[in-house]
Amino acid sequence: MNKTKVPGKNNKHKVLIYAISTCAWCKMTKKFLSDNSVEYEYIDVDLTSDEDHEKIRQDIESKGAPPSYPTIIVDGKTAITGFRKDLIKEALEI
Amino acid sequence: MMALDKVRQRAESDAKTYGYYLNPDADFLKDLLEGLQKNEERYGYPSCPCRVASGKLELDRDIICPCDYRDPDVAEFGTCYCALYIRKDMYEGKTPITPIPERRPQEKQTRAYAVAAEARAEKPPETAKVISPEPSQVKKKLWYCRQCGYVVYREDPPYVCPICKAKREMFAEIAVSTSLSG
Repeated sequence: MNKTKVPGKNNKHKVLIYAISTCAWCKMTKKFLSDNSVEYEYIDVDLTSDEDHEKIRQDIESKGAPPSYPTIIVDGKTAITGFRKDLIKEALEI
Repeated sequence: MMALDKVRQRAESDAKTYGYYLNPDADFLKDLLEGLQKNEERYGYPSCPCRVASGKLELDRDIICPCDYRDPDVAEFGTCYCALYIRKDMYEGKTPITPIPERRPQEKQTRAYAVAAEARAEKPPETAKVISPEPSQVKKKLWYCRQCGYVVYREDPPYVCPICKAKREMFAEIAVSTSLSG
């Protein structure tokens, strides 16, 4: 599975975004993290294979979240569904 | 490829018909319209830019924009899932636009995965996981609106009648029987 890494000064937490390439909320989420200099990786789910897509769905569900996008995974544990600025800020301490 | 202006005009005209507005954030709106344009190009129909489509029309029918969930979502939350279509108070900035929960039933999503998994595994290995016990076929039925008589041939009746705005409960199935005689 190809992850795209976006470098940033703030790498306190490991951040992974499951996104959709055509989704405006996903784009907003990526921009928000970049604007806050947060380092993150992302995968555009619609551009992956069916198999990877299934794995991603299972990964999201294993963290107790519904498979909708964007989903932000913080430190491989917490899943935040949607561009919820307040929750993202809290989880990333920004 | 369909010109972006056409995609925009189609959305504008649909918003007008239903008394909705398009997202006032010009950049956000452009992203969504480009997403619709992209999906129309890759799937042949403008499926929702904020959901993952299966690429199979029968399974994606409910998420073709304007999706089945738009009307109840705008009524309840003031925006559709993508925030392409929004209510007047949101357009005027009286209420902030925030993400809303997914209304699409999860079984509709998993069905698309099940189809993909079936296609992959001719001989399923022992470790193969049964993703969905549901049959992957979509069974369509005839439904009519008991209020205005509108008839639709789909898996489920619409949430809201597109003609008279009656709620889903107002729809009833039409039982079809054919007899051969003579």
